[in-house]
Amino acid sequence: MTRINSSVELEKIRQRILSERNPDAPCITVCAGTGCLASGSRDVVAAFKHELDTQGLEVEVGFRGTGCHGFCEKGPIVVIDPEEICYLQVTADDVPEIIEKTIKGNEVIERLLYVDQNTGEKAVRESEIPFYKHQQRMVFGANRRIDPKSFDDYLAIGGYRALIKALFEMTPDEVISEVKDAKLRGRGGGGFPAGAKWEIARNAPGDTKYVIVNCDEGDPGAYMDRSLMEGNPYGVLEGLTIGAFAIGANEGYVYIRQEYPLALENLTLAIDDAEKRGLLGTDILGSGFDFRVKVHRGAGAFVCGEETALIISLEGEVGEPKPRPPYPAVKGLWGKPTNINNVETWANIPLIINEGGAAFAAIGTEGSKGTKIFSLVGKIANTGLVEVPMGISLRDVIYKIGGGIPDGKKFKAVQTGGPSGGCIPEERLDLEVDFDELTKAGSMMGSGGMIVMDEETCMVDVARYFIDFLTDESCGKCVPCREGLRQMHRILTKITEGKGKESDIEILEELAETAREASLCALGKTAPNPFLSTYRYFKSEYEAHIKEKRCPALSCRKLVSYFIDPEKCKACLICLKECPAGAINGAKKTIHIIDQEICDACGICFEVCPSRFEAVTRISGEPVPPPIPEDQRTVIRKSKRT
Amino acid sequence: MSEIHMMIDGRQVKAEEGMTILEAARGAGISIPTLCHHEKLAPFGGCRLCIVEMEAQGRTSLVASCVYQAEDDLIITTRSEKIDRLRKVILELLLAHAPDSPQLQELAAEYGADRDKFEQEASFCVHCGLCVRYCAEVKQLHAVGFIDRGIRKEISFLPEIAAEECNDCKECFPLCPTSYLQAAFVLVESMAFPRGKAPRA
Repeated sequence: MTRINSSVELEKIRQRILSERNPDAPCITVCAGTGCLASGSRDVVAAFKHELDTQGLEVEVGFRGTGCHGFCEKGPIVVIDPEEICYLQVTADDVPEIIEKTIKGNEVIERLLYVDQNTGEKAVRESEIPFYKHQQRMVFGANRRIDPKSFDDYLAIGGYRALIKALFEMTPDEVISEVKDAKLRGRGGGGFPAGAKWEIARNAPGDTKYVIVNCDEGDPGAYMDRSLMEGNPYGVLEGLTIGAFAIGANEGYVYIRQEYPLALENLTLAIDDAEKRGLLGTDILGSGFDFRVKVHRGAGAFVCGEETALIISLEGEVGEPKPRPPYPAVKGLWGKPTNINNVETWANIPLIINEGGAAFAAIGTEGSKGTKIFSLVGKIANTGLVEVPMGISLRDVIYKIGGGIPDGKKFKAVQTGGPSGGCIPEERLDLEVDFDELTKAGSMMGSGGMIVMDEETCMVDVARYFIDFLTDESCGKCVPCREGLRQMHRILTKITEGKGKESDIEILEELAETAREASLCALGKTAPNPFLSTYRYFKSEYEAHIKEKRCPALSCRKLVSYFIDPEKCKACLICLKECPAGAINGAKKTIHIIDQEICDACGICFEVCPSRFEAVTRISGEPVPPPIPEDQRTVIRKSKRT
Repeated sequence: MSEIHMMIDGRQVKAEEGMTILEAARGAGISIPTLCHHEKLAPFGGCRLCIVEMEAQGRTSLVASCVYQAEDDLIITTRSEKIDRLRKVILELLLAHAPDSPQLQELAAEYGADRDKFEQEASFCVHCGLCVRYCAEVKQLHAVGFIDRGIRKEISFLPEIAAEECNDCKECFPLCPTSYLQAAFVLVESMAFPRGKAPRA
């Protein structure tokens, strides 16, 4: 591998790579992102390699293990180009057949195709699948087209064009003004205009400046930054290098979660590789611009995603937020002007430089431009990562892309913005997803988490769960967050246990105000959102818990009793055998009874009772009927009665 | 050094560059309550009692006066219904830990805080960090530090350092707004000091 000394040389290499590739030749792409790896794509990759090798097809047929494609629900995913044939839930056993039929025989294997659950229609191409059809994958789309460990692949899709343009055709100020024209807002949660932030760092006095990639993604269920870093590390590095050039930084850091080993591996490889090729280091592409990148692994504290805490942690101290101002753009890492953006923000930069700020700003809403990647999880048919233009409705994301709620259940709420986001109900589903609209609805964009909840989710318990998470992750420095959340968690727990008082709501509101107004950092300021938004939209659930000691979703364990309907029980012994508490009395041909004194409401009897009987019912807020007298418990089967 | 002019509670106040709002206010004889502030220590911003309303460029926000730097033309309000309410809740939260702290009781009387508002969990430490920061910043000894995070966070003496340094110093003791610090010291002295350094039984 030789150093590339000029943009001309780089373009020559690109041309050579492209000329060696036949766009019409078949190429098999297997998703090897974290989701698909978990569902077995490592075996699928090995099976393809083995099969291509033994059949002598490795030259004729292209093969690529890539980062996440997004449709994690249906992994492992295989896409065969150029026809873009998409096979879902592929196993290693399917591989010989795919080679035989699809690669050699040009035949589509029907059973591996996507089937629409409602219409029964099949989709052959990836872009015909509703999950993909309604997305706009400007940033995330590259994942499917490259092997994240291959520099050649990145060049082949136009990689480093933006860096060349920035280094040789633009001044740093022009780069900043392009980012400002794009009206790009930070994707990490704050939504601060990236261009303005860059400008402050550029104009801040001092010769030493830093740029940082925040890859400390910590929201439960969120993995968009992880997937970008795993799937396209060169793209993130290119964005970062452009930012460093614009701001005047010669050193950059990637702060990456310890829990992201694959992202770390691919990033480290990309940094090494870029250094050897002269795309990082001294005199990049002969431009005279020097830029080096170091990697720092976070130790797992959620609060270190907050920029001041991240910087302190990078300096080697305990990760606790510092008051702002001074802002990092003026006084950041080791007291120097520092620009910190999250992975997705950086990944948008090459796109903006290539296409121009105006083109970028043509997408989205008045206040939020471009696209946003969301991790769509929870009670949703199509779990996965989706990239959509700002301004799309929540309803479209959940129903058109997400395929709605599984098992015929009813939608209840969608929680956006991570643990300190809020829950948005059915009646607000038509809101246009952007920074400002989500905030107005009492939630936030955050880094792009989207957790869908169905009718069986108790909203008081949801608030309790997220406040519990935040209590655990509070750094403990300031009182409104540390102590306020502790008390909020305690009160919410009491309410879910049926020990709530009417005065509790007032105290919760007081604590919420104190945390929101007086906390030191954004973690504490937004932490009351789970309570505030659920109380705003689902007040009746709080009232039912407090006044009637009833959980309307039949979910809070302390408020739910289980009862076997004697009319329906067929004395099948299943629940009796499964009950871990030994709370069920009965015998063969003797109707089963739950001893309420022993029962601890685990719900296993409810789950195991055969659906043709449905004898176990859940009761909340009313007394459990007395057990049927012992002399009436014998089951008389219909057949024997006649 | 240039002079800064600002308005605090309707009064013109002069400050020097680099001063915080709190310092400017106290310099003009306007009192703002604090727990974690100490003039010898770097601003911390932990207790949030010193929160004030700040109007700048037509926008009003709440800031911790102990960390926010004085600027020209700021309009500061140190007491309002809202500020008092926030301070009251902060005090009530702390009183759950240290109900008998004289300093907290005095402030509680001023702001009408109810010491029994929250279930008491008498751990006594209010996490002001005065001891930890004084030992680190002024004495540069690091004999006492914070351990763990969030609601599990607590102060802890490091026996190896404390055994050598603390008996001759104890300058942090009077700083503690509760008296938990002494208790923590006595505990570590009797339980964990190296042989020969522990107090005689």
